[in-house]
Amino acid sequence: MNISKKEQHWDKTKSLTVKTLIAWAIVAFVINFFGETLNGSFPGAYFMAGMGSQIFFAILVFWFASRQNAIDEEFDLHEK
Amino acid sequence: MIKLEGGFIPNLGKVYGLYTLGFLGFVIFMAVLEAAGVSNTIIGWLFVAFTVLIYALIGVLSRTMETSQYYVAGREVPTVYNGMATAADWMSGASFIAMAGGIYLKGYPYMAFLIGWTGGYVLVASLIAPYLRKFGAYTVPDFIGTRYGGNAPRLCAVIILVVASFTYVTAQINGTGTVAARALQIPFEVGVWIGLSGILFCSMLGGMRAVTWTQVAQYIVLIIAYLIPVFWMSNKLGYGLIPHFAQFDAVNRVQELEALLSVGTLMPEAAAQSAAGKLAALKVGINDASNTLMEKWKFFTLVLCMMLGTASLPHVLMRYFTTSSVKAARQSVGWSLVFICGLYLTAPALATFTKLSLLDPNVSTAIIGKSISEVQSLDWIKQWSNVGFLKVIDGNNDGILQINEFFMRGDIVVLATPEMAGLPYVVSGLVAAGGLAAAMSTADGLLLAIANALSHDMYYKIIDPKADTKTRLVVARILLLVIGAAGAFVASLKLTSILGAVAWAFCFANSGLFFPLILGVWWKRANKAGAIAGMVGGFASGAIYLYMVQFGGMTPWLGIDGLRFGMIGMPISLILMVVVSLMTEEPDKETQDLVDEIRYPGGKVYTDR
Repeated sequence: MNISKKEQHWDKTKSLTVKTLIAWAIVAFVINFFGETLNGSFPGAYFMAGMGSQIFFAILVFWFASRQNAIDEEFDLHEK
Repeated sequence: MIKLEGGFIPNLGKVYGLYTLGFLGFVIFMAVLEAAGVSNTIIGWLFVAFTVLIYALIGVLSRTMETSQYYVAGREVPTVYNGMATAADWMSGASFIAMAGGIYLKGYPYMAFLIGWTGGYVLVASLIAPYLRKFGAYTVPDFIGTRYGGNAPRLCAVIILVVASFTYVTAQINGTGTVAARALQIPFEVGVWIGLSGILFCSMLGGMRAVTWTQVAQYIVLIIAYLIPVFWMSNKLGYGLIPHFAQFDAVNRVQELEALLSVGTLMPEAAAQSAAGKLAALKVGINDASNTLMEKWKFFTLVLCMMLGTASLPHVLMRYFTTSSVKAARQSVGWSLVFICGLYLTAPALATFTKLSLLDPNVSTAIIGKSISEVQSLDWIKQWSNVGFLKVIDGNNDGILQINEFFMRGDIVVLATPEMAGLPYVVSGLVAAGGLAAAMSTADGLLLAIANALSHDMYYKIIDPKADTKTRLVVARILLLVIGAAGAFVASLKLTSILGAVAWAFCFANSGLFFPLILGVWWKRANKAGAIAGMVGGFASGAIYLYMVQFGGMTPWLGIDGLRFGMIGMPISLILMVVVSLMTEEPDKETQDLVDEIRYPGGKVYTDR
């Protein structure tokens, strides 16, 4: 297996991980920071802290897993 | 036992499908018994006995003498079932018993736990679990020991693992004791030992394999037990069929009531509060997000500590060692989160509907605004007052119960909700069985993590590398017994509350293990000296800070209290690890190749011993 292929694979893996962590940080820390402004006739702060964030995290993990699998397969570095 | 064609794994759907139906049948049977006039105590006993016997049976059937089965369940657990087992492993007595009560009493700020305990899984999936799975370790210290080389890092990791997990496990055994004591009407200390024997039955003979399959069974019991009362209340109060959607109208109504009853402004009188001791009155609204900057800081430091703790707690990480591949490990994290959400998304709804049942004057079960004598004659008030879980104190002597005169322990929201909301006793029995399942499943995983680290990393890797398989597995089981007994002994002393101990465990883990684990994968330059410095420095500074704040009378810096001491340990761990690594030689070629190797799923598994 040649070296550059592994390096490219790792570069893409890193960039996917960074994207995942940015999305994670925005939802966990930024949106919930503005809890009060989310409140109106619909209890937005309560929704984001008790349901919205959790659903988002679950979707994010599945999205990450499928993207990472695609990267592994693209460089033929997946499990056979 | 029914013969299963093609073995156990391909028939999992059938086995657990039948099990679920069987359990629901049992619940209905209990309801029939109750209607026929059987006493509450007997129903409580039957619930506990029936479920614990099933877990023990699964434990015995899964006995094994193979190391790979004992340590990592043969690495053949399908993703969805591993997700379920992880959810049970993860959701402890604290999640099941204390969480909804925390939201009820402490309102919006408490939901930091909900965000932290789910968001951590994003880190598990993207930063750690798949890489540890590729590495092929049996235990978490196994990775630290091999990646950084030598016995010293391995030993440090074992010590941190033992301290963090042991803190956590005493809380769980405490939880089993509380539930057993309540459901079986026996003394707490006896309940603790009964709980422990159930836990050991599940894990002794079959190790990880047995724990995996009992955890799946326990998840099914705990989720049914958690959901039924909430669905019942949502419908009984007329808010809608599905509590998760119906809760938002209920929250609006609760906010109206909270304003009406002056929640947040009407504080308990000093005399009343001192008479109530540790019990608390309702002081924070359920959706009160109008926090000061300091409160926001406390909210997000707690979120961060719980997230990074999630990603470094060994009993969680080791669940992903049991999947069949790296790809499966990643997906399994997603499934874990789905099953965890099953309970976590319900906890706020439970808190909200319980609040409505107690506060809303239009509901027959409401107590606030009623006369004190009327409230004190209610059965559930009497029962829970007797065990010291709640207190009604007429602070202003007007004979009417105000919001600042009703004191309780958060724990009773889940345990007593069926009684508060006027549901039949069979639901209380079910909830007790669920709480027991939650505490037992987590205790199983934790005890196994400790015993495995000691038997595999201490005994086999450090003390006697020539030990044969049989000796290793015998040692592992003896350790399990000893640690279990020690945990039960400490739990019977009742040193901390369930939740306090749990938050400490998270901070011990993130102070000592988070950066050595992460940087072991993501930074090739990280070396042995750096890892030791990071583990010892982070763990020791965190522990000393906790001691000073909790027992030494020190004023916390910037509001960083005992729940958040990871905020001290983690940065110190990171800085020490980076600085010391850069000051010492870079790791040898072999170690760097190892890091390269674990960064992609294909090819050979580095180690599988």
